[in-house]
Parts: sequence; structure tokens; C-alpha cells
Amino acid sequence: MRYLLLLSLFLPLAAQALMPGQRGLEIAREMEQRDTGFHDFESSMTMLLRNRQGEESLRNMRNKTLEQADDGDKTLIIFDEPLDIKGTALLSFSHKVGDDDQWLYLPALKRVKRIASRNKSGPFMGSEFAYEDIASQEVEKYTYKYIGEENFEGQAAFLMERYPVDSNSGYTRQQIWVDQERYIPLKIDFYDRKNTLLKTLVFRGYQQYLGKYWRANQMFMENHQTGKSTLLSWEKYEFQTGLDEGDFNKNSLKRAR
Amino acid sequence: MRYHPAPPIDSRIGYRHAGRSRSRLLQTCLLLLWLPSLLSAADWSGYVEGQLRTFPQTALDSDQSDASLSLAVQAEYYQRWDHGKQSLLFVPFARLDNQDEERSHADIRELIWTYAGDGFETRAGIGKLFWGVTEALHLVDVINQTDLVENPDGEQKLGQPMLKLSLEQEWGILDFFVLPGFRERTFPGKEGRLRTHPRVEPDLAEYESDRQQRHIDFALRWSHYIGDWDFGLSHFHGTSRDPLFVPTLSSKGELVLAPYYEQMQQTGLDLQATKGDWLWKLEAIHRHLDSGSYNAATGGFEYTLIGIRDSVMDLGLLAEYLYDNRRDEATTPFENDLFLAIRLSANDIAGSELLAGVIRDLDSRASLFNLEASRRLGNAWKASLQARLWFAVPDDDPLFAYRRDDYVEFSLARYF
Repeated sequence: MRYLLLLSLFLPLAAQALMPGQRGLEIAREMEQRDTGFHDFESSMTMLLRNRQGEESLRNMRNKTLEQADDGDKTLIIFDEPLDIKGTALLSFSHKVGDDDQWLYLPALKRVKRIASRNKSGPFMGSEFAYEDIASQEVEKYTYKYIGEENFEGQAAFLMERYPVDSNSGYTRQQIWVDQERYIPLKIDFYDRKNTLLKTLVFRGYQQYLGKYWRANQMFMENHQTGKSTLLSWEKYEFQTGLDEGDFNKNSLKRAR
Repeated sequence: MRYHPAPPIDSRIGYRHAGRSRSRLLQTCLLLLWLPSLLSAADWSGYVEGQLRTFPQTALDSDQSDASLSLAVQAEYYQRWDHGKQSLLFVPFARLDNQDEERSHADIRELIWTYAGDGFETRAGIGKLFWGVTEALHLVDVINQTDLVENPDGEQKLGQPMLKLSLEQEWGILDFFVLPGFRERTFPGKEGRLRTHPRVEPDLAEYESDRQQRHIDFALRWSHYIGDWDFGLSHFHGTSRDPLFVPTLSSKGELVLAPYYEQMQQTGLDLQATKGDWLWKLEAIHRHLDSGSYNAATGGFEYTLIGIRDSVMDLGLLAEYLYDNRRDEATTPFENDLFLAIRLSANDIAGSELLAGVIRDLDSRASLFNLEASRRLGNAWKASLQARLWFAVPDDDPLFAYRRDDYVEFSLARYF
């Protein structure tokens, strides 16, 4: 009887605890909803890697993305610099649930390798971005908890936490500040597997394309544990360039340059 | 990581005095160092590479060198038009070696026009391609001839004249090839290491087909993937890229090996299952030849440990079993062998990588040790190290010829 009483005391609390999860999921869905329907885009990416001593290194690549109606996007990344890997290309079919499919083309050997995509937490091109940081952000890849409203650099934002579903993620949780008006990420704090703050990603220079889709010009990732940082700049965004499924197969991977 | 039994020559160039070839090397060095600045314009890219090879053991033949210096250049011109549907790729390659005249050679790696249509692709010209999944040996890959003077692992290939039609459909990719014109394998010369004794004399090459190098080969390949399974089925009909060797006397009365290129039919399967951190791989072939048909297979796995010891480094563990049903009669050294290796990827800014492994013959206990390491220096330079050592190779093993050819190779490349 006493236990029942205790239980009834906790019940309302349990019901309340569900609410932040629901609210967080709603925000994530709204973010995805507002970014749906672009069909395809192409862009150039530059990564400026900087270590603790201030030494810099540059990476140049191009990106092609094709939206999928019921699954994660298909992307093709073509590497231009460093020069020794020029022509290397990565084809990814991301999935809402489970591991992505990835093929890497190595031009020196003309070889296409299917690679283990489970390794999503490692550095992408030696940068502070992990593959999972730049991969197609699907709602299903996380569970959510709404925390509250908090301004970020003068912008009214929702603050929420999201927890990777995939046990191979390099993170226990991420805190994400979402612009209340445009439903786009402004800042993300990444917590490592030991739940210590690892990195902070800040999105800047958002521009709107086709009167609907927001894309950041710059994504600055700072690693608090190593002092390294990477500035990822996106240029030459072009939407609806006429890409189709035929641009995303193993043959087109070999043609991509 | 692939080793060819029988190396050696191509002495069309004839012999020159060492002094003259050295000054020619110097002139060419100067010219090549200018190249990057000349070619940096628009659509040209490529690299210039200096390479040093040292052989700690005395050679079997006093004509052979104990160290060699060489300079290689590979340029690449690429042009695309017609909204990206059509493109032209031109990749010339040349190496100058201060010891081995046969290793001083040039090749058009690629000179190919591509048309990418809706659901199909056509290519015409001189091309290069790769089939397969395994690491120790590439059984299925038979289109391009091996440029053996470049590297005894056989991974460097010569350009192959080809016409290709490729259908890209829901059910996968179906490639048809017509291959007019055969390329002879390159072999190290008299002064070169990593060759057979006696050496191979390519000028004396003979063919099963009356059409010799003009024989037209055909090939077909279907490749597809279903979930985490990738597979390819291929068939080749034409001149075998792997010659047999016939001891014979050259016009100068020197005992040499003459390559004999048979006609062959090969059916191949390559298969990879990508299961989390495990890659399971298999290549299997049936090769039909007049001299005897055989089956061979290579299979194994690559398992990757991600972020070892809380670092960002990945450690790959590789194991493959190499089988050939001809066993002791096999023309390759890998008939009942085990390949074990580690692959370390630092995932650092310099892209540092290391691959170290051994192939061990389970019958004869002969071993081949291999090390490959590389890292970038800045944005445009890359340093590479390669070492190969042969242990306890018995005299009936095709690798016996290499028993005193352990070597260390250091390369520095400047990309442009």
C-alpha cells in the first residue's frame, strides 16, 4: 500500500519527463521538415586545419548531394587537396537507421573500395570534424530532450540535448542551440564517451537558397581537449543542378573529378 | 602487396655507356624539376618523384647494382565538356633509372575519352582499371598488364587500349570490353635487381596466337551490391597477361628466358561483405589455358580497431589465405600461403599510414616480409618508405630468384 502511494507520487513526474523528449523531437522534426524538398545541391568545401601551435593545413573538396524521399541523402565528395589525394572520391548512401553504405575511390590504383562505415567517430581528413558531424543529419539518428530557451549571440534559440542512437558514435550527447525563427542549428557542444566536453561547433553566415533552404557559409569546430580547430567553409552552393540517381553509383564515383 | 615470380627486361634501347646515361639523367632531372612550374596551369596535375633503392645483400650477378637512383614523373591532363557528359583524360608517365636501362621507361597510362550517358557509359582509348577486393594478391584483375619494373608487387599497371560500354541499371553495372592490342610485361634489365637468373628477354616474346600482339581480347563484368554485400562476376577471353618462360639463347648467345603468352579464358568472382568493423573478402578464379587449367582463390578479412588506446588512430588486422589447386606446379609462388598484416592509420594531418605484413608459404615455410609507410610533408610533398625481405626461400619456389634482393626504397614526391 505504501509502495502504491509512492508510485502514485512519482507518476506525474514520469509523465512530465516524457514531455522534454517529445518537445525535442518536435523541434528536430520541424528542422528536417523545413529542409525537405531541395532535391539536390552541389557545393565546394574548404577545411582550414589548425593545431595548438597555430600551424595550418588546407583541404579542398567538392560535394554533391541528392535528397532521398524515404532515407538519408546520397552524397559524393571529391577531394582536390592535399594534392596527393586529388581525385579521391567518397560515395555515401546514408540511412536513417543502421550503418551508411560507403565506397571510396582511389585514383592511383583505379580501385573502388567498400569501406566500413561504422567508423564514424574518427577524424575526417585529419580534421576536427568526424564523419558523423558532416553526414546527413537524420531525425532518427538521435533521441532528444528539450532543455529550454537560451539566446546564442543575440539570437533567440531553443536549447536541447540529443543522444546518438548508434553505439558507435563518438559522443554520449550533444547540446544544440536551434534558431527559434528559422529552425537551423547555431551551435553544438559535443560530449565524448566519458561525457566530457570535447568540441564546440559554431555555424555562421547562413544564407537562404531557393527562398527556403538555409546553409551556413562557415562551420567552426574547436576541440577543447587538444586545442586544435577546423574552419569548414562552404562556397558556390548551387541547388537543383539536375543531379539524379545516375550520378551516385560506382561508375560515377570513378568518373567524379 | 603482390609478388610476381618472374621479373626481368626489355632491351630495345640497346646498351649505352654509363657516363653518358648519367649526364642524360642529370639533364632530365633539371628539366623535370622545372615541370611543376610549367604545368601548374589550369588542367594539369601530377607529381615528380625521386626514388632511392638500396639492396643490402650482394647481388647474384655482378652486373646487378646494389643501389639505384631514379626520377619519375606522372602528369595528368583532364578536360570536361558537354555539361560534364564528355571528358578526356591524358596521363603520361616516365621514369629514369641510373642503373637499369629497362627501368628507364615511359608509358601512356591513360589517354581516354569518356561519354557518360543516361544509364550508360562509353570509354575509348588507353585506359586503366581495377577489379577485385583482396589485398595480398589480385587474381581477378586481368585487364591491364603489370609494369613490373616499377614495383615487384605488380600493382603498377601499363595502359591498355580499350573500348568499353557500361550499362548502369537497377540490377547493377554491366561492362563490355573490346581490347585491341596487347601490352607486354616489363622486366628489369641486366643491371637491375629483382629479376630472374637468367634474365627475361622480352624481345624474344612468343605468342600462342598467330596474331601475337594484335590479338583482340574480350571481357565482360557484372558488378552489383545488395545491402552490405558487394560482388563482381567477370569473364575474360584473350591473351594471358602472365607469361610462361622458356629458357633460350639470345642472338648474342646469352642464356635468357623468353616470355610465352598463351591464350586464356578466365572466369572470376570477387565478393566482399562489409559487416560493421569486419570486411570479409573473397576472390576466386578458374583459368583455362592450353598448358593446364587451374583454380585459385584468395580469401580472408580485414578487421579495424577504431581509436586504439583512446587515440584517433585506427589499427587494421588483415588475414588472407592464398590457394592455387596446382600446388607445387603453380606458376605463382602463392599456392598454399597465409598473409598476415597490420594497417595503422594515424588519421593525422599528414595522413600517416603504415602497412606491415608477411606472406608465409605453409608448405615450404618461405616468408616474404613487406613494409609500406607514407606521410605527407606540408601540402604538396609526400615521403614514402618501402621494404621487402625474403626469408628461407627454397630453390623450387618462384621467389627463389629474389633471395638476395631484399631492399629498402625511399621516395619523395612533389605533387603539382
